[in-house]
Amino acid sequence: MLLVPCPWCGPRPEIEFVAAGEAGIARPAPDADPAALAEALYFRSNTKGLLAERWRHVHGCGRFFVAVRDTVSDRFAGSWPPGVPHPSPAELAAGEAER
Amino acid sequence: MTGPFRARGGGRIDRSRILRFTFDGRAFTGHPGDTLASALTAAGVRLLARSFKYHRPRGLVSAGVDEPNALVTVIRDAGRTTPNLAATEVELYDGLKAISQNRWPSLRFDVSALNDLFAPLFVSGFYYKTFMWPKSFWAKLFEPVIRATAGFGRAPTAPDPDTYARVHDHCDVLVIGAGPAGLAAALAAAVAGAKVILCDQDPEFGGALLGDPTAKIDGRPADDWVAETVAALAETPRVRLLRRTAAFGWYQHGLVGLIEKVTDHLADPDPALPREVMHLVRARRVVLAAGAIERPLVFPDNDRPGVMTASAARCCLCRHGVAVGSRVVLFTAVDDAYHAAIELAAAGVIVERVVDLRPDGGPMTAAARAAGLAVETGATIDRVFGRTAVTAVEIGRIGADGRVAPGPTVACDVLLTSGGWTPSIHLFSQARGSVVWDETRGVFLPGRSVEPVRAAGACNGTAGLADCLDEGWAAGADAARTAGGGEVSPRRFVATGTSIAIGGFLGEVPHAGDPDRARAFVDFQHDVTAKDIRLAVREGFRSIEHVKRYTTTGMATDQGKTSNLNALAIAAEAAGKPIPEVGLTTFRRPWTPVSFGAFAGGNRGDLFDPIRPTPAHASAVGAGAVFEDVGQWKRARVFPRSGESEAAATTREVRTVRETVGLFDASTLGKLEIVGPDAATFLDRIYVDPLAKLAVGRCRYAVMTRDDGFVFDDGIVARLAPDRFHVTTTTGGAARVANLIEDFLQTEWPDLDVWATSVTEQWAVMALQGPKAREVLAPLVEGLDLSGAAFPHMSVAECRVAGVPARLFRVSFTGELGFEVNVPAGHGEALFRLLADRVAAVGGAPYGTDAMHVLRAEKGYLVVGQDTDGTLTPADVGLGRSVGRGKPDFVGKAGLARADLADPDRRGLVGLSVADPNVVLVEGAQLTADADPKPGTSALGFVTSAYFSPTLGRGIALAVVAGGRTRIGTTVHVPMPGGSIAATVVSPVFFDPEGRRLHV
Ligand SMILES: [Zn+2]
Repeated sequence: MLLVPCPWCGPRPEIEFVAAGEAGIARPAPDADPAALAEALYFRSNTKGLLAERWRHVHGCGRFFVAVRDTVSDRFAGSWPPGVPHPSPAELAAGEAER
Repeated sequence: MTGPFRARGGGRIDRSRILRFTFDGRAFTGHPGDTLASALTAAGVRLLARSFKYHRPRGLVSAGVDEPNALVTVIRDAGRTTPNLAATEVELYDGLKAISQNRWPSLRFDVSALNDLFAPLFVSGFYYKTFMWPKSFWAKLFEPVIRATAGFGRAPTAPDPDTYARVHDHCDVLVIGAGPAGLAAALAAAVAGAKVILCDQDPEFGGALLGDPTAKIDGRPADDWVAETVAALAETPRVRLLRRTAAFGWYQHGLVGLIEKVTDHLADPDPALPREVMHLVRARRVVLAAGAIERPLVFPDNDRPGVMTASAARCCLCRHGVAVGSRVVLFTAVDDAYHAAIELAAAGVIVERVVDLRPDGGPMTAAARAAGLAVETGATIDRVFGRTAVTAVEIGRIGADGRVAPGPTVACDVLLTSGGWTPSIHLFSQARGSVVWDETRGVFLPGRSVEPVRAAGACNGTAGLADCLDEGWAAGADAARTAGGGEVSPRRFVATGTSIAIGGFLGEVPHAGDPDRARAFVDFQHDVTAKDIRLAVREGFRSIEHVKRYTTTGMATDQGKTSNLNALAIAAEAAGKPIPEVGLTTFRRPWTPVSFGAFAGGNRGDLFDPIRPTPAHASAVGAGAVFEDVGQWKRARVFPRSGESEAAATTREVRTVRETVGLFDASTLGKLEIVGPDAATFLDRIYVDPLAKLAVGRCRYAVMTRDDGFVFDDGIVARLAPDRFHVTTTTGGAARVANLIEDFLQTEWPDLDVWATSVTEQWAVMALQGPKAREVLAPLVEGLDLSGAAFPHMSVAECRVAGVPARLFRVSFTGELGFEVNVPAGHGEALFRLLADRVAAVGGAPYGTDAMHVLRAEKGYLVVGQDTDGTLTPADVGLGRSVGRGKPDFVGKAGLARADLADPDRRGLVGLSVADPNVVLVEGAQLTADADPKPGTSALGFVTSAYFSPTLGRGIALAVVAGGRTRIGTTVHVPMPGGSIAATVVSPVFFDPEGRRLHV
C-alpha cells in the first residue's frame, strides 16, 4: 500500500485516496474534431518511469492534486495542488540524474 | 524418557514436565520446548506423511518453515481444524491432537501409493497430456479422482470460532529475523534511540545461535549472549519484541505484513485472546536478517523417510535434545554440515560414514578424521534402501572422468545431506529489490532496492558469526540514523562458532543411477524430480517461469524454499545456459501460509461491510418489508402480507399506486446541495439539459454524461433560490456524481463560486404516489397550496409537513400524481409511520422497489445502469431533445458532436411486446433478426428490463436494439433454451403515453 503525498495533509496511506488518471490532459474543447476528441478521451501515455497523475484525497481533505510517481518503483517525486505549475516528469528525472 | 531417541542431555526443553499428545490416534509424550516433529522423532516415528502426487512415504526434511514433507492437520474441534501445518512449526502442548494427510486408509498402508507404480503417467504437465480423452471423462472421472487422491489436508467443516486481530503500527526500524544479525541490528537501533520492532517466526529469539554448543560471542556462550541481548532489548522503552511472528509480505513504501500466532501453541487458550494478530507495520527503515535455508542434495530416492538436512539433525539435537537416529551417514558438499556429524557422535550416535562430494573434502575433513570419523571424499550416494524408513545407502565413487562407480553399501537409519545454504532473499525480492547472481558462491544475493530495506547476515550472503554480528550492528545503526534517529558508534564483535556455507552444490549430484529412471526429488512437496525438469526443458520450455508452471516445481505451500535453486540449476544445465540467463522465479507473498481468518480480521459477519439503513428502516421492518441490498443500503423490496407471496404482493402494490396511493421510502437517493452565485452556471455545464434559466420553485429531470457523451447518471435538479439547488442522483451513483462534481469544481472551473455538499444522509424522503396522494398529504402541509394550479407537476417548495421543516417536490417515478417529502433525517421514521397510517385510511399501502420497478417500466422511465450500459447517449435512450445543444459548453458537448453518433443503426431504447401476455422475457436475453440464428450471428441488442405488468395484464420489457425506435412495429426474436420467442418492437411507454395522470 502506497504512501501518497497529499500536498495539504502530507503522506497518507493509499486507501484514503482514489486515483484519477494521468494528469495534464486537457478537457476536449466543445468543438474538438474527432482526432482531438479521441486523443483527449482515450489515449494515454502508459509511461514506464516518472508520470504525472491526478489523485483525490477522498477520505481525507477531499481535494484533487497532481503527483509525479515512478510507475516502475512506485516512488513519488513530488505533489502539487491543481493548477500550480510543477516541473515536468522529464525535468524531475533530469534533476534526479544530476544529483 | 519421552521416546527412545531422546538424548540424555542438552536441548532447550523442560524435561521436568511431560506433555501428552496423539498422532493418528497413537499416544506419545514430549516436553515443553518440543515441536510435534521433534517429539515424534524422539519417539522414533519416521513416516510422517504421504507425498502429493505419488503418495510416497515421507519423513522430516528440515527443522523449520521450509519443511516440505511433514505436513499435518492439527485438530482442536470441528471449527478449529488446521490443515497443512509443518510439523516442525507446531509447538507441542498437552493434549495436542494431530493427524497425517493425503493417505487412505492409513499412513502405513495407503491405497493411492499405487500412483507411484504409475509414475510414468504423472510426468511434467501430466494434466495437460494424459487425461484429455475422451473429453467427458475429465470432468466425471479423472478430475474427481485426481482431486481426491492428490492433495493436501482438508478444510475444516465448521465455521472458524476464533477471532483474529489487526494492528496498524509504525516504527523507525523494523528488524525481520532475530538471529545473530537481527539481534545485533535491533540492539544498535535501540541504543541509537530509534523506535524498533523486532520480529521472528520462532517462539524464541536467537535463530541459529539457540543451543549451538560451538558458538561464543564476546567470550560468553551464545545462549547467554542471546538471553542478555533479548533482556536488554525488552527493557528498552521504544523497542517492541514480537515472537512467533513471521514477516509474510512486503507491500510498498516500507509497509510490511507480520503475522503473529498468539494461541496456537497453548493447550487451553484464553478465549478472549485472538488466535492471530496481523501487524501492518509502516517502517521508515527495515533490516532484513532472514537468514538462510539449507538445501538438500538431489540424488536417487533422496525422499525416503530418514533422509534429512544436516541442520535439521543439529536443530533436533541442540534445541530439542533429540537424536534423529542411531546410525547416521552424512552426505555433504560443504564444510559446516560436518558439525552435525561431530555433535551427533559426541551424543553417542554412531556416525557410519561422512560422504563428501568434493574431490578432496574441505578444511573440516581433517578435523573430522581426527575426531575418529570415517570420511570418503570424491564420493556420492547412488541408492537409498528402505521404503518407509532408510535401512542402508550405497556409496558411489566419482572418478577423475566424472563417472561414478558403485561402492560399498552402508547400513544406517538416517542419511543427513547438505548442499550448502541458500540466502532467504524472498522479502528483499518482494520489496522490488534486484537480486544478483554471485558466481563464486553460486547463490542469488540482495542487490539494490527502491524500498528502504537493507539485508544483513546470512540472507545477505554473510557466512561467519562475527561478520553476521558486525553487519547486523552496522545495518541497525545505519537504519536508525537514516530514519532520523540518533547515532551509535560502530562496534566489532568477537565471536567464534559455526560458519555456515553460503553456496555449495546446486542441481542433481553425479550418481551411478540411470538419469532417465532415477527418482531424484527436487521439490518434495509437489513431487517434482530432476528428470521432470529436464523433460520440461526438452519439450521446449526455456524460461524458468514456464518450467515452474509446467512441472509445478516451487508452487506448493513451501513455495520451493528448499528446491528453487536446485530446480534452476538442473534447468540451466539441461538448457546449456548459465544460471543467471535462465533467471530466477518471482518470489511471491506470502513467505509462509497465512490463514484466511487473519486476512479477514474483524471483517466478518455483521462487521463484514457497513449497513446503511434508511431513517425509516425500523418502521419498514414493522410493516413486514423484505429487503434487498443496493450497495450498502438496505431497501424495502416488497411488503408481503400474511400468507401473500412476494409476486402477489408486488402486483397488489402496483395496483394500489395506480388506483389509490402508495408510500415509498426514497431516502437512498443521492442528494447534493449546490450553492453559490455561480450555481446555476455550474449545473448548466454539468448536465446536458439547459438549467441556467430554471425558475425558482421548479424542478427538471436532467441527464448527466461524461465528456464522452454517454449517459452517466440522472436525477432531479430543483431550484430553491437563485443561488441554491437541491439535486438528486441515482442511489448507486451518488458517490461518483459527487466526485465528478468536485473534480470539475476544483480543477476545471475553480473560477466558479460554488459549493457542493453531499446531503444524502441529511434528508429522509417519503414518496406518496397515486391518485389520492394529494388527499393524504394536503392536511399535513402548512404554508403551501397543493392544488394542481398552484403547485403543478415538477414544482418544489420549502414548507412544513406535519410540523417539520420540509422540502416538498411534486415529482413522479410512477406516472401518477406524486409528491416526495424531504424532512430532516431524524424525522423520517415518524413521518413514515404517520403517512403509512394516513395512506392505509384511504385504502393505500407502502410499496417496495419491486413494485417501483414495474411502475416505472410501465411508463418507460429508464434506470441508469440497468437500461443503460455506458455506451448509450441521451438520444439513444430517447432524451435527445432535452440536450441543450445551444449551450456554449457542457460536460459531454464535444462527445455528443461525434458524427458517428448520428448513425441510424445505433442501438436505442425501445419496448418489447410478446403475443402471449403471460410470457415475461428474461433480462439480459439477446435479440436476433432470425428465429433460428446460425452460430456466430451478431445480436441486435438485448433485454434490459422485463416484468409482468399488473396494470396491462401482460409481460412488458425494455430493450436496446440496433436502430432503436426506427424498428418500432417490426419483429425481433429472443433465442432461449426452449426455442426463440418472437417479440414486437414497441414504444417504451406502455401506459398513459400522454401523461394525463401526472397533470391533475
Ligand atoms: Zn489531503
